[in-house]
Amino acid sequence: MKARFLVPLGVFAAMVALLGVGLTMNPREVPSPLVGKPMPAFDLALLNDPEARLTDRHLRGRVSVLNVWGTWCVGCREEHDVLLRLASAGVAPIYGLNWKDDRVLALRWLSELGDPYVATGFDHDGKAAIDWGVYGAPETFVLDARGTVRYKHIGVLTDALVERELLPLLRALKAESS
Amino acid sequence: MIPELGHFALILALCMAVVQGTLPLAGTFIGNANWVAMGRAAARGQFAFIAISFVALTQSFLADDFSVLYVVNNSNTLLPVMYKVSAVWSAHEGSLLLWVLMMGGWGFAVATLSRNLPDVLLARVLSVMGLVGVGFLLFILLTSNPFERLTFAAVEGRDLNPLLQDPGLAIHPPLLYMGYVGLSVAFSFAIAALIGGRLDSTWARWSRPWTTVAWVFLTLGIMLGSWWAYNELGWGGWWFWDPVENASFMPWLVATALMHSLATTEKRGAFKSWTVLLAILGFSLSLLGTFLVRSGVLTSVHAFASDPERGLFILMFLVVVIGGSLGLYAWRGPGVSRGGQFNWVSRETMLLGNNVLLVLVCALILIGTLAPIVYQAAGLKISVGFPYFNTMFIGFMPLLLVLMGIGPVTRWKDDSPREVLARVRWAAAASLLLAVAAWVPWHPAASWEVALGVGLAGWIVLATLAALWRRLRGPRPFLAMLRAQSRSYYGMVVAHLGVAVCLVGITFVSLFGLEKDVALARGEALELGGYEFTFQGVQQVPGPNYRAERGHVLVTRDGATVADLWPEKRQYFARGEPMTEAAIDVGLTRDLYVSLGEALGEGAWSLRVYVKPFVRWIWLGGLLMGLGGLLAATDKRYRLRLKQKLRIGAGAEASA
Repeated sequence: MKARFLVPLGVFAAMVALLGVGLTMNPREVPSPLVGKPMPAFDLALLNDPEARLTDRHLRGRVSVLNVWGTWCVGCREEHDVLLRLASAGVAPIYGLNWKDDRVLALRWLSELGDPYVATGFDHDGKAAIDWGVYGAPETFVLDARGTVRYKHIGVLTDALVERELLPLLRALKAESS
Repeated sequence: MIPELGHFALILALCMAVVQGTLPLAGTFIGNANWVAMGRAAARGQFAFIAISFVALTQSFLADDFSVLYVVNNSNTLLPVMYKVSAVWSAHEGSLLLWVLMMGGWGFAVATLSRNLPDVLLARVLSVMGLVGVGFLLFILLTSNPFERLTFAAVEGRDLNPLLQDPGLAIHPPLLYMGYVGLSVAFSFAIAALIGGRLDSTWARWSRPWTTVAWVFLTLGIMLGSWWAYNELGWGGWWFWDPVENASFMPWLVATALMHSLATTEKRGAFKSWTVLLAILGFSLSLLGTFLVRSGVLTSVHAFASDPERGLFILMFLVVVIGGSLGLYAWRGPGVSRGGQFNWVSRETMLLGNNVLLVLVCALILIGTLAPIVYQAAGLKISVGFPYFNTMFIGFMPLLLVLMGIGPVTRWKDDSPREVLARVRWAAAASLLLAVAAWVPWHPAASWEVALGVGLAGWIVLATLAALWRRLRGPRPFLAMLRAQSRSYYGMVVAHLGVAVCLVGITFVSLFGLEKDVALARGEALELGGYEFTFQGVQQVPGPNYRAERGHVLVTRDGATVADLWPEKRQYFARGEPMTEAAIDVGLTRDLYVSLGEALGEGAWSLRVYVKPFVRWIWLGGLLMGLGGLLAATDKRYRLRLKQKLRIGAGAEASA
């Protein structure tokens, strides 16, 4: 048996090991290509006022959080209280990206459950979300003062996650920009 | 009752596959002629039972049987009949059933059409196919049963995903799967040949038409998928380097390499062990694609319901099939003779270059596709996206395209560099001129990329036609010479021209495409690429299972009407998802593409408008490649053998 005929088998074995590891991991933690890049430009009507706009310019100048949500999304309901607590901590403003939703339902949701967002853009057809590379709601982005995406979380936010990752990062970014 | 019948038929198909996978193979070793002969019947039986099962599932859809979970999740009483049929393969369970149906179909075809194969070889080929079939049937029955019943039937179904309600998607998966699964035939031939230790030019000749046909299906399937994404996803893209797209593109690259390598093995006896390896790799990549799509290891826009249990099953299956065949290769490969010798400048070298480049590009795509897992495992923060794939592609493809022009005019075994250059010098000079002309700043977007694309497309066309011309100059009249060329030669010409056509499309649409997002009130207009798009307002229209808001955009050029476009925004009843249905005015040199955004109040809407020059050429090129493959697969040599075989078969029956 010559060694070079074993090469394909060796490469395959390495790949199987990798795929095996991949199976045990959560695919939702795939790093977003956006992290480290400037946020994509967007221009959306406000959820509570179709005449006013929320654009990427509003998110520049200070450290901020962008949360993608929709009333049809069960995970968003689950993380809503976490967002409210994060908002009341007052570390950074949270902006909402209301994704593929109904305006009336979304406004009712915020009035019934409380509104953690300083402003929410209404992305009814999901075009802005495409530019942000949204896989599925909920998703949360952290932006630094220059408007660069610094962090992305796919899936439900938990208090533990906010304590462990989000808050330290937000504080560090604020220190960096001041 | 019908779903249970389908389930039962599937179990019987598994039994048949077990017989097919074991007895004929064992028979070839112990010399039991009855067992050897059993492969054919078992393959037919397996196909018949899978077909029954498939019909049963289709019937459950047509009859709106909402006691079947899979039907509930993917259909609805209001769904048009055509989409009820295509809904059968719209999600994981049903698409697997389609997969095994095709697998059975290929087995049936091999059993029926390969009458002139030696019995022992045919038995082994069918056994290998049977064993692969066992794996997939077990996978369906154990983890993904499409016939699962609900205890209490649902009143109404959740409807087919609106994205999938498109004619393109009704035929895209069947074509693609035909290609994927078709590669299992070349794979089985390779394994059977390795088992027997006989890798000769006959083996290559038998494998060739099967490989080419599978490649044709793969080509058409990928092309249709791209066309569907362009029509349906609403942002005018035609390729995304999505893991699932890569999963179909990698086997295509390897199958392309295999086709060329098989030609070398058949004609010159060279590259034998390499050809066998490619045959194994082609099908292995099909299987790997299945794993990536369905295990949930990677996230993709083609979000198939994924679950880790299924992932584990497929991974184990991969280990058995791919690991087993590569092990067999490591064991048997060294015994394969080296085959014909050749010099540095020869057709063999050119084809070797083709093979190396295709496999290299495939490997880089594989790395890019698996990279997210590596990064995750290693905790690195690097990401691979569009730019990686594009750079890699632009870096290596031009080399391949240059070879594509030279290869066909180079002689087998030995040629002189000077003569080869002399044969292509006019084509080379003319395409260089073309490239320079394209570089001159006649358009703001003119760039070296345009020059490269146009120059290479020109090079392929000119070099291919020059080679054809050299062949046609001869002692006999032109028409006679035209007829004297083999069909497979014309197949190559057409397929290579298809690559050039595709390249023109890709170059133009990528570099000259225009795109604009605007908010327009009724009567307002936008000027883009010399066209005037006037927004005429939006009205409500009902659809069978949705309600739509249909916009009207009038397109004019220099005052003359070009097209009326009717982009829609649909609200599907059952799922409540909004869907954008772009309106496209199709043209050979440009598409006009409008999709409707959101209402901004007082009759104003946001619109996304594209002008896409030469985008049709991408798919036209794909069609030409497919046509070329079809010509090559139906070459006289293969048909002759078929006829002979039929005659022998008929004779045998007459004498019996």
